[in-house]
Amino acid sequence: MNKKNIKSTSSVSLDNVSITYGNSVAVKNVFCDIEKNQVTSFIGPSGCGKSTVIRAINRMNDLIEGCKLSGSVIFEGIDIYAEDIDPVEVRRRIGMVFQQPNPFPKSIYENIAFGARVNGYKGNMDQLVEESLIKAAVWDECKDKLNDSGYSLSGGQQQRLCIARTIAIEPDVILMDEPCSALDPLSTLKIEETIHELKKNFTIIIVTHNMQQANRVSDYTAFFNTEKKNKDLGGKIGFLVEFDKTKNMFNSPKQKSTQDYISGKFG
Amino acid sequence: MLLRVDKATTSKFLLRRRPTSEKLVDIGFKNIVVAMASMVAVVLFSIFAVVYYESTESISRYGLRFLFSSAWNPVTDEYGAFTAIYGTLFTSISSLLIAIPLGVGTAIFITENIIPEYIRNIIGIMVELLAAIPSVVLGLWAVFIMEPFIRPFLNIIYKIFGFIPFFSTQPLGAGMMPAILILVVMILPIITSISKDSLKQVPSKLRQAAYGIGASRWTTIFKVIIPAAISGITGGVLLALGRAMGETMAVTMIIGNSNNFSWSIFAPSYTISSMLANQFGEADGSQVSSLMYAALILMILTLLVNVFAQWIVKKLSLKYQ
Amino acid sequence: MNYTSQKSLTYNPSLTRNIGNKALTIISALFAIISVLPLILVISYVLIKGGSYINFDTLILEPEPPGDDLLSAGGIGPAITGTFIMAAIASIISIPVGVGGGIYLAEYSKSGKFAKFIRFGSNVLAGVPSIIAGVFIYAIIVSTKILFGSMFSGIAGGISLSILMLPTIIKTTDEALKLVPNDMRRAAFGVGASKFTMITNITLPAAFSSISTGVLLALARAAGETAPLIFTALFSRYYITSFDDLFYEMGSLSVLIYNFALEPYEAQNQLAWAASFILVIVLLTLNILSRWIGTLGTFSKNKV
Repeated sequence: MNKKNIKSTSSVSLDNVSITYGNSVAVKNVFCDIEKNQVTSFIGPSGCGKSTVIRAINRMNDLIEGCKLSGSVIFEGIDIYAEDIDPVEVRRRIGMVFQQPNPFPKSIYENIAFGARVNGYKGNMDQLVEESLIKAAVWDECKDKLNDSGYSLSGGQQQRLCIARTIAIEPDVILMDEPCSALDPLSTLKIEETIHELKKNFTIIIVTHNMQQANRVSDYTAFFNTEKKNKDLGGKIGFLVEFDKTKNMFNSPKQKSTQDYISGKFG
Repeated sequence: MLLRVDKATTSKFLLRRRPTSEKLVDIGFKNIVVAMASMVAVVLFSIFAVVYYESTESISRYGLRFLFSSAWNPVTDEYGAFTAIYGTLFTSISSLLIAIPLGVGTAIFITENIIPEYIRNIIGIMVELLAAIPSVVLGLWAVFIMEPFIRPFLNIIYKIFGFIPFFSTQPLGAGMMPAILILVVMILPIITSISKDSLKQVPSKLRQAAYGIGASRWTTIFKVIIPAAISGITGGVLLALGRAMGETMAVTMIIGNSNNFSWSIFAPSYTISSMLANQFGEADGSQVSSLMYAALILMILTLLVNVFAQWIVKKLSLKYQ
Repeated sequence: MNYTSQKSLTYNPSLTRNIGNKALTIISALFAIISVLPLILVISYVLIKGGSYINFDTLILEPEPPGDDLLSAGGIGPAITGTFIMAAIASIISIPVGVGGGIYLAEYSKSGKFAKFIRFGSNVLAGVPSIIAGVFIYAIIVSTKILFGSMFSGIAGGISLSILMLPTIIKTTDEALKLVPNDMRRAAFGVGASKFTMITNITLPAAFSSISTGVLLALARAAGETAPLIFTALFSRYYITSFDDLFYEMGSLSVLIYNFALEPYEAQNQLAWAASFILVIVLLTLNILSRWIGTLGTFSKNKV
C-alpha cells in the first residue's frame, strides 16, 4: 500500500459524533482516534451504539432512512460527512465485513471479481482472486470449487469469503461488524488468525460482543455503554466510556463501569 | 384456570367421548371443502371442453389454414383469424416492450431510498389503484380524451415516416397504436407491483454487501438487486403479457375493429378478444364455430404464457436458494 | 496498486460513474411520474366530467333509447341496481366455493398432488381472459336455455362473474390460512377440538381480515367487468320489479358505459361518463376499504 504524506498516525478520527434515528438519539458525543495498521475493537453491552458507530465510518448508515449524524468523521484528514464527499468513494477506501456472511448469489470467483471490477481493477484477476482467498485463509477450502456458488460454503467459510472480497478491493481500513457472531468457535478462531495477518496491511476496526475476542485480537479497545434517557420511555443512548490500549483497558481500566463490564458484572 | 381431572369433574364434560354427530360433521365438512376445491378443476376443464366442442366444426373445416387467412366473410362462410391473431400478439408484445422499462423503473424508484418513504408509498398506492379502474372506463377515456390528444402527434410521425410500412396509413381515430397505449396503462400496475414485491424481497444484506465494497447505487441495482429479483420480475412480466392478450373492453373500444390486415400501426385492426366482443352477440351458424375456434386459440396462447410464467418463477427462484 | 489511484474522496460530478448514476436516477423518477400520470388523468376526467352529469334524475331514471331525445338520455338507475344484483349473485356463488376450496388447500392437503393441481388450476383460471368466461357461460347457459328456458339473464351474468372471482378468493383464503401459526392449531387440538371446530373457531376467524381483503378485491374486479356480461346478461333499460326479472336481460353500469360510449349522441355519451363516475367511486372505495381491513388482522401480510 502506498500511503505517503500523512503525518499523523491516526487513520480515522471520530470528532464529537452523535447519531440519531428519526427523533431518537442512538449514540452521542463520541471522540476517538483510531491508529493506522492497528486493530481497534469496539465493545459494550447491546444497544450501546457500537454497531451504529462502525457503520458511520464508511457511511453505511446512509442506507437507513432517517439516520442522521452530527460532528465529524475524519478519514486521512478529510471529513467524510462534508457536503462534497462521494460516499461510494469512501466505501472503496473503507471496506466492510458484516455480521451475517453475505456473499453474492454468484460463484466464489465472481464474488471476489465483482468487487474488483466495480473498483476498476486492471491487473490479473485470477491472481487477485487467489491472493485474496489466501490472505483470508479460505483458499484451501475453495480452490477446487471456484465456480461453485458462494452459498455452497459453510458459514465460517462464507464469512472468510466476504473478508477476501473486501481485501480484494485493497481498502485502507476494514470495518468488521461482529464478524463472528454467526459462527462456530472453530471458524471464529480462524477468522481471528486472519485478522492478525491482515493487520500488517490494513487498519482494522472490529465490533464484538465477546470480550475475550477483543482481548485476543485488538491493540486498542473502545468501551461503549448506555444510559437511560431522562424523559423518554425506555430509550437508551449510547456513549463512549473509555478508549485505550487493550492491555491497559483489560488490566487497569480507569472507569468503574469498564471494570464492571470486563469482569462480567453486566452486559 | 386449573383443571383437575378427578371423578367429580369428568362427568361435567359430556363430550369427552366424541359423539358420532361430531365425527359426521368433521367428515362431512372435509368432503364439502374437497368438492369446492374440485370446482376449480371442473370449471377449468369445462371451459376448455366447451370451447373446443363448439369449435370442432370450424377446426375440421379450416384446420390450420384458419391461422393464416384473413378472410372473414359470413356470406361465403370463409373464415380466418390471421388479422386477429397478429393483432393480439402485436398489441400485447408492443405494449409489454413499453411497459417493462416504465414498470420496472418505477418499481426501482419506489424501492430505493431516492426520495422520502411516504412519497414512495403514495406512488406505489396510486399505481395499484390504477389497476382498480375498470377496463371499460379506460376505454371511455381512451376514446374521448387520449386518442384525440395523441392524434396530432401520430399525424406528425405519419407525415415524416409514412414511407415505412409500420406508419403507412393516416391516423384517423381508432387504431392499433391507441390500443397499444391503453394496454400499457392497463398492464403497468401488474409489472410495477410484482416487480416492487420481488425487489423488496431481496435480502438487505446483499445490498449492504454491494455498497460495502464501493459499488454505486445503480451498479448495485443492475448487478446485484435485479439479478436476485429476476424470477419475480419475469413472472410479473409474463402475467402482464397474458393479461394484455386477453384484455377486451378498452381494446375493443379503441382498436377500430377491422378485419382488413395492415402493417400500419395507425390502421384499425382486431384482436381475438375484441373480435369476440364485437361479433359473438350477433353471430350464428358456422360464424359462432369460427369465433369459438378463435377463442380456443386465445385460451391456448394465454394458457401457455401463464404456465410458462409459473414455471419460470419456480425455475429461477430455485437458483438463488 | 492495481486500482486507478483515486486519492480524492470528493464527489466528482464529471466522473462517468456519477454522471451515469445521476442520469439513471432521473430516468427512473421520470418513469415513476409517467406511470402515475394515467391514474391522475383518468381519475380527474372521470370525477370532473362524470361528476358534472350527476344529479338526482341521472341516479334514478331509466336510460332512454339512443336518438329518442337528443337533450336527455334519462338516467342510470337500473344499471346501478343491476351491477349490485349481479355482483351479489357472483358473491353468493364464489365466496363459499372459494373459501371452502382455500380451506381444503391450507388445512387438509398442504402439499399433496391434488392440492398442487388445484393451486396450479386456480392460477390458470385466474389467467383465463374474462371474455372467455362470457363465451363459456353463453355456450352452456344462454344458448341451451337451461335456466327455465330463459336466455340472456342477470343470473347468467352473475355466474360468469363468479368464475372470475373464484381463483382470487381461493388463493387469498389459502394464503391467509397459511399465515396463521401452527401453534394455534396445535393448541386447539391440544384441548380436544375436532378439526371442524378448530377451523371454524380458530384459524378461520384468525384469517378473517386477510380473507375479506381478497374477497373485496375480487368483488371490485368483478363489479367493473364488462366482457363476461355483454353476451350473458346483455343489457336492459328497465328496473327489475320481481324475482322473475332475474331470468331476463339485465343492465349494468359497465355495459351501459360500453354501449353508450360508442353511440353518436352527446346525451348518451354523457350518461356513460356519469356511469363511470359512479363505478369508479364504488370500486375505489372497495379497494381502499380492503386495504384498510387488511391492516386490521393479527396475521395479515402487511404486518409480517
